[in-house]
Amino acid sequence: MIAALLFLAAALRISVPYALAAMGSAVSERGGVICIALEGLMLTGALGYTLGAYATGDPWLGVGAAVLAGALVAWLHAEVTVRFRADQITSGLGINLLAAGLTRFVLVRVFHSSSNSPRVPGLPEIPLGALGRLPGLGALLASPLVLATIALVVVVQFLLFRSVFGLRLRAIGERPEAAATLGLPVTRYRIAGVLCCGVLAALGGAWLASEQHSFTDGMTGGRGYIALAAMIVGKWNPAGAAAACLLFGAAEALQIVLQGSAFPSELLQALPYLVTMLALAGFIGRATAPRAIGVPYDPEEA
Amino acid sequence: MRAPRIAMRGITRRFGPLLANDRVSLELEPGEIHALVGENGAGKSTLMRALFGLLAPDEGEIVIDGTVARITSPLVAMRHGLGMVHQHFMLVDPLTVAENVTLGREPHAFGGAFARARAEREVAALAERYRLPVDPRATIAQLSVGAQQRVEILKALHRGARVLILDEPTAVLTPQEVDELSAVLRALREDGASIALITHKLAEVKALADRVTVMRAGRVVGSGPAATLSVERMAELMVGHVPAPLAARAERAPGEPRLEVHGLEVRDDRGLPAVRGIDLAVRAGEIVGLAGVEGNGQHELIEALAGLRPPQRGTIAIAGRAVSGRNPREHREAGLAHIPSDRLRRGLVPAMNLAENLVLGRQRDRDVGRGPWLGGGALLAAARPRLEEFDVRPPQPRASAARLSGGNQQKLIAARELTRGAAVILAAHPTRGVDLGAIDFLHRRLLAERDAGRAVLLVSSELSEILALSDRILVLFQGRIVHETTPATTSERTLGLHMTGRATITDAPLPPRAPVPPGGLA
Amino acid sequence: MSARAARWRLLVALAPLVAVLAALAAGAIFIAGIGERPLEIYALLFREALGTGYGLGQTLFRATPLLFTGLAVALGFRAGLFNIGVEGQMVLGGFAAALVGAYVPLPGVALALAALAAAALAGGAWGALPGALKARFGAHEVINTIMLNFIAFSIVSYAGRTLFENATVRTREIAPAAELPRLETMLPALHGSPVNLTLPIALLLALATGVLLFRTRLGYELRAVGLNAPAAEYGGIAIGRTQALAMTLSGALAGLGGTNFVLGYKHYFELGFSGGAGFIGIAVALLGRNHPLGVIVAALFFGALSYGGLVVNQRVPRELVEVLEALVILFAISAQPLLERAARRWS
Repeated sequence: MIAALLFLAAALRISVPYALAAMGSAVSERGGVICIALEGLMLTGALGYTLGAYATGDPWLGVGAAVLAGALVAWLHAEVTVRFRADQITSGLGINLLAAGLTRFVLVRVFHSSSNSPRVPGLPEIPLGALGRLPGLGALLASPLVLATIALVVVVQFLLFRSVFGLRLRAIGERPEAAATLGLPVTRYRIAGVLCCGVLAALGGAWLASEQHSFTDGMTGGRGYIALAAMIVGKWNPAGAAAACLLFGAAEALQIVLQGSAFPSELLQALPYLVTMLALAGFIGRATAPRAIGVPYDPEEA
Repeated sequence: MRAPRIAMRGITRRFGPLLANDRVSLELEPGEIHALVGENGAGKSTLMRALFGLLAPDEGEIVIDGTVARITSPLVAMRHGLGMVHQHFMLVDPLTVAENVTLGREPHAFGGAFARARAEREVAALAERYRLPVDPRATIAQLSVGAQQRVEILKALHRGARVLILDEPTAVLTPQEVDELSAVLRALREDGASIALITHKLAEVKALADRVTVMRAGRVVGSGPAATLSVERMAELMVGHVPAPLAARAERAPGEPRLEVHGLEVRDDRGLPAVRGIDLAVRAGEIVGLAGVEGNGQHELIEALAGLRPPQRGTIAIAGRAVSGRNPREHREAGLAHIPSDRLRRGLVPAMNLAENLVLGRQRDRDVGRGPWLGGGALLAAARPRLEEFDVRPPQPRASAARLSGGNQQKLIAARELTRGAAVILAAHPTRGVDLGAIDFLHRRLLAERDAGRAVLLVSSELSEILALSDRILVLFQGRIVHETTPATTSERTLGLHMTGRATITDAPLPPRAPVPPGGLA
Repeated sequence: MSARAARWRLLVALAPLVAVLAALAAGAIFIAGIGERPLEIYALLFREALGTGYGLGQTLFRATPLLFTGLAVALGFRAGLFNIGVEGQMVLGGFAAALVGAYVPLPGVALALAALAAAALAGGAWGALPGALKARFGAHEVINTIMLNFIAFSIVSYAGRTLFENATVRTREIAPAAELPRLETMLPALHGSPVNLTLPIALLLALATGVLLFRTRLGYELRAVGLNAPAAEYGGIAIGRTQALAMTLSGALAGLGGTNFVLGYKHYFELGFSGGAGFIGIAVALLGRNHPLGVIVAALFFGALSYGGLVVNQRVPRELVEVLEALVILFAISAQPLLERAARRWS
């Protein structure tokens, strides 16, 4: 029983950054803008947190810095794709490269190290009483970002499917021309969607940095792409994406346990990717993206 | 006299060299249904798009309730009480009816939430009031075409539209749905709304409209109360009095049938039947002209004959060989040449040069390249004489196809298709958007092919072209052949009537399709 | 065409150059920001990378895998496909070459050829997979190829359990017969640099790709599919099959990209040897406008950046090169539509 709780806690812990990034990506893509830049955004958030927490000693300001940095980088992606109407996929890849280079650059210049920053404070725990004494889970739930993530699943799901903003965003992602004939500012909504993605993904990065109490070069290690995969498996639904992230987190937790043993843990490592490919081929029900995704909206061609 | 609700005066609009609207004036009164009639390209859609703010006229003004209005966008138009139901609905498929109707003016609840229940109630009340039965909770994807159209109308009414523009509304409806729509429009008229109805279906005009304005080639050629204009007169105005120059044609006895179609049924992109059972045959040495207004199944028929759209039922045989309709290469190899109706989408690769475009569809022919090789000097050299033979300007093999004018692009395609020695030539709207010189050239070439013993099926909505070129004429209406004749025994007027469904003026259903023997009717 | 329109058209054609200049200008801001002189740094960078024998050799060495991956991506783009899986294809190609080179008992040149063939086959298979998925299920190749990148890493890690040398992350050394000689033996000016026979192979393949695209039937069909799929369909071209074939060829090219390191330099496979050459290959293809000649020039440019960045490492962090590469991508994709729109509006 204890082992089960500990395992659940491990899976949950691993899935937090995935879930945040995946939800962010879902918002952006629902508006019609592909966001492959998750990896770069998470990295940016991680560095932002580290810088903020280091400079002020306050982890909450670190979170603020992370969110700001994420929004800034996302805004770049938004400008390039929505306003300049450049290819969204390449822009995402470019942003990932840019973030990797820039974060390393800052690491060297500011912290004088090519691999890691000095230690920074993590987020403080929230006293949870009896709940906090649960093995594994207790410590996890006491972390504010974990609670925030769980809350965000509900909030983002509500935002997309029950709010007016979400309704309009989804309409724009499906058929921007129809939305435009009704007077909705397509460009503005799409940019907003991308910014949401930036903020959420950056939060995921901030979590990573606060858990590790430092920033290391390339610390996201491909998580952004797994989050992307989770979004697809979750059918562009924040709740579905979060569930997929939990599944992937469990697989990763299992892989860590089995590492070094005879069992091919690499198979588990590859599990998220295999599942995504199956989903794309239609084996897990129809995984269809919003209709107008990837296509820059050109008001003159309407 | 009271000022009309909407007055469009002297509207002029050009698209490059094309004069789409030439000093057009139109008036809409409250409580009337005003039909705007004309063939494709007559300028009706352009005029209404100008009214709805989708494009700006070069000259002229729009006066609403006595004051000049500058309608710069649909948003402005809607604020003036205008609403438009587009031919291709502007609906978001995965969203519900209530969501689509209220989009942009949604009822809010606490915290920015979408007040779904309230929206559904609003839409239900609106639907009830205007007798437009629709389930507010259904998603658009679940609705029939007729229901979707009702949603489009509700969208406009939800925004308080007093003027409703409908662009070819019955093109996509079944006869029952047409009746339902007619009832709705009449109710709206009783309510005091002004309705502009763009259509080419003259029977419906007679049944519904109070006033009619007929356009042709960008100008208003006739206008008045619907009661004073007969269907014949409207057709005549629509189609014009262009006398068909019957070229001196060698009398030929047609040979064996080279294209045979039996019981062909084809569906459109929506899955609805577009070709509802067609039999036809084209013999060697004859041109069969298939007349009809666009949207009556021509597109699907052509695609099935070309191998781009598998038929639901029926058979196609090219030069005696049965073909499947699934594979363009199969059809080509059986002996079909196809001049497609959409030259930029199907007929050419605009980014490639002329020489490369001349081998599209022929890239595997033995005379074009040896083994795996294709291109280079040989291709360019082979291109030049063809370009000159077909008067493509400029006759430069390296020029990009995108830079040619429409007429030259069409001649390029003809240069490719008419030199393959194919037994059957399928020419779909071959002179659409083409200058007069090119039209003349292409017509001569088609006649030459016929004289050389080819079987030519000419699909066109230009009656002058059909009359000038065909040995036999078939009229396509709502997916069926409804009439067969020859140029000598018919006129534009008669053809126009058949093309616009004269047979459905009465409420009786269409007579069952009588099989047309290959020899034709006397 | 008016003079103004012609000028705009020229500018649009030169978009890659505009993008590079813009990126260098943005990079200059960084350099100035850390207190160095941009022009001096750039001059030093390019002088070392292209001006000395050893430097040129290093540049060419780094450009070689980019040439392969750039061609791979360019070929994919020509068929309307986005092959982001070049990194994984390259890794598997290098792995296959290393295994054949180390374990297959063939004599002399035959072994080297077999190793090269293995690289091409492995990469080709890894490209064929997403190609087939697209043709059969319509599954978009972007996500699939990204996933396959990671799966490739997993496969290699797993195989490495048994195939890696003790306490290392590399495979056994290949037999000497499989080694591809360095070019310095033939061109003494490049003395000391690891540029090897894979470079001329890459150049030959660039030529071959050009011939394929513009002088063969297959290349014609491929380009037609990429430029106007409905017209290609009208012309009797099987779109799914053509695209699957394009992905396979693309994968094969990327697979060969791994041989620069494995057969021509270290003579074994090592985890992480690819170093992002796959992703830079995308930038190379973009900048080279998907044309073999452009890819050669672009690969050379990025190779120079890569080595030059090392040279100026004392004064400007090497990360600047990465930032520059990323900026080139972002500017390149933005320049095209922006210039086209400006051209439309003002001519």
